[in-house]
Amino acid sequence: MNTRRTDTVAAPRRFPLREVGLFLALLVAVLGVYAVMGGAYSTRMLVEASCYAILALGLTIQWGYAGQFNAGVMGFVALGGFCAMFFSIPVNHDFWGSELPGELGLVFVYMIAATLVVIGATRLDRLGVPRKLRTVIAVVLGVVLYLVVINALRGVTDQIESRAGFIGGLGLPVGVGWIVGGALAGVVGFFIGRVCLGLRSDYLAIATLGIAEIIKAFLKNSDWLTRGTATVSPLPWPVPGPEAVGFTLARALYLSVTAVMIAVIFFLLTRAYNAPWGRMIRAIRDNEISAAAMGKDINKRRLEIFVLGCILMGIGGAALGSFNSMFDPQGYLPLNHTFLVLVMVILGGPGNNLGTIFGAVAVYIIWIMSEPLALFLMELAVSFGEGAFGWVAPTNMDSRALQARVFVIGLLITLVLRFAPKGLLPEKVKHHG
Amino acid sequence: MNELVFFINNVVIAGSVTGSIYAIGAVGVTLIFSIMRFAHFAHGDMMTFGAFMVLLLTTAFPGAGAAFGVPAALVLLPVAMALTALLAVGIDRAFYKPLRAHGVKPIVMVIGSLGVTLMLQGLIRLFSGTGGQSLYVDDRKEIFRLALPFEGVRAPVVITEPQLYLFVITLVAVVGLHFFLTRSRLGKAMRAMSDNPDLAQASGINTNTIVAVTWVIAGGLAAIAGTLLSLDVTFKPDLSFFLLLPIFAAAIVGGVGHPYGAVAGGFVVGFAETLAVFNWSVLLRPFRDSLPEWMTQAGNLAFVGTEYKIVVPFFILVVILVWRPTGIFKGKVI
Repeated sequence: MNTRRTDTVAAPRRFPLREVGLFLALLVAVLGVYAVMGGAYSTRMLVEASCYAILALGLTIQWGYAGQFNAGVMGFVALGGFCAMFFSIPVNHDFWGSELPGELGLVFVYMIAATLVVIGATRLDRLGVPRKLRTVIAVVLGVVLYLVVINALRGVTDQIESRAGFIGGLGLPVGVGWIVGGALAGVVGFFIGRVCLGLRSDYLAIATLGIAEIIKAFLKNSDWLTRGTATVSPLPWPVPGPEAVGFTLARALYLSVTAVMIAVIFFLLTRAYNAPWGRMIRAIRDNEISAAAMGKDINKRRLEIFVLGCILMGIGGAALGSFNSMFDPQGYLPLNHTFLVLVMVILGGPGNNLGTIFGAVAVYIIWIMSEPLALFLMELAVSFGEGAFGWVAPTNMDSRALQARVFVIGLLITLVLRFAPKGLLPEKVKHHG
Repeated sequence: MNELVFFINNVVIAGSVTGSIYAIGAVGVTLIFSIMRFAHFAHGDMMTFGAFMVLLLTTAFPGAGAAFGVPAALVLLPVAMALTALLAVGIDRAFYKPLRAHGVKPIVMVIGSLGVTLMLQGLIRLFSGTGGQSLYVDDRKEIFRLALPFEGVRAPVVITEPQLYLFVITLVAVVGLHFFLTRSRLGKAMRAMSDNPDLAQASGINTNTIVAVTWVIAGGLAAIAGTLLSLDVTFKPDLSFFLLLPIFAAAIVGGVGHPYGAVAGGFVVGFAETLAVFNWSVLLRPFRDSLPEWMTQAGNLAFVGTEYKIVVPFFILVVILVWRPTGIFKGKVI
């Protein structure tokens, strides 16, 4: 061919000007926040940004490597947060000392038995039962058994709520909850992936959004398990808390934990990306048909990626939950979690791990800072309005300024999609040969 | 018989009310899908915007309804519909059209519409605050109690004024849409474009006009649905999130791109919701004597508690997607 592509491997290794420039700008922004808002506040912001960076790394492999649009990030974050709470808070002796754990266990046995019976009923056609009859039997059996089990469960959970409050935690080290949180998110992700990954991309988005809502509805209304809207606090930290060493230092210690986690995840992801596995994934993304022709199991790989992303989201959600030191199922807002993470990934550069981390910190600063900025602008407008027209301002300015965040994030998504669709740090695609 | 009245009030009427609102919303989503080919996530916020416009107008002109003998909100609804349609066309010009011009994948359009969702939601809350407000600013909500002419029936069938308006307006909107799509030139052009955009363009149909008309219709319908829902309960700025899943479920159940399917899907989802949270043990009560004891013992035979209502449309959605992805009315091949 006559023209030489500029992005071939043969091109000389250039100085990463763009990366260095963007990260320097980010550093300036962080230092600016430190100068204006003080050390404790800014360190808190950085810890939260680092937790979001873990979430964003999870989403970037789903969206960047495989083009799966998971709109249910919030659900996995909530699962992680729940595990962080359940494993780390102290044991509730009111509950374990009574006969209630046995009854609860019995209900779970019923539940498993009922599931097995229904699954068995769906296989009845192998015994010569007509398919239509099999479906009818399975559906009727499912409905009846469901009602029986759900009634038994309601009985036990009401008892738990009235006698013990809620079942309490396990009193284990914080790290256990984080690991189990990741594992649980992965298991849930596996089942979701099995059902939904065959769907078209926007249907996958709707389906995952719905699953996130189900998880939230369950956590919010299962008072026996999570205390529901009464919230659980305080959650223990993996490092000494603020009461021992002061706010700034405690948060800095927490930041070092999350930073190490990010470093490990980053290292592993980069290794995987450059390994044969990563090449296969990109081959599938770039041309699914030819990858399938080469004998790659597309569906299995897609499921692998989806589960991997969900695990990272669970871990990030657990770290975030422990840091907030309060488990509030109602606090898991689809806006705050899902779409914030999505903007981080799209702004940073889907598929580029470094870009994703950049996007996470940058977007989180924008998200946090847009509220005081909006409040400042609104107060300016109010003082101008009162001075010039004698206009009486509404009183709840603070809660209204909070809404500016949402607006800014929405604007950011649309602007990035339009002007930098590949992100600020696009993935470097290598063309061999 | 009292149990039957309870059933009518809690399932038949409540199901038709939610069904009608989902139906009007789902028609908009389905029209946008069939012309623009992407799932428009900001639809729920267009509904909220329409209702909010009505709220603002009603606060400004509380006496507008007195002359016609209907609530002021209803008189001002056409203005709000026009404003919402204008907003929809404006959003398309500002955000979706550049993306379309770049020829992006549908999923990127979906993300763009998520951005629009967030912006609209932020703006509406910025101006309205976060609490609920009644759309009956100066009027009084009438409640009709119809006593059934049977022996021993004490409970009346209860239906409210906005619910009656809702049924009438839904009927008018659906019939009007039907005639528009089948009789008018523009409607036929829309259907042509939905079937095959390239062929439609080649045969001289102005696609830009069709896109604009689609947004006008979707915006107007969204304003109707949002307003009628807010009339029935209250106006809340986070209305959209509770509508989003059921509306998509309705559109997909009916077959995406199929307006009549969307109407049917809306009622399916609406009734499924109310049936799922209905406590069936109420209906067993009259047969207390003839049934075995364990069946009547159970106090609560609802499938899910009311707090899990939001889960029901999603469950239907997944079942339909897995079992028959083109919907019950054979929509677009996905």
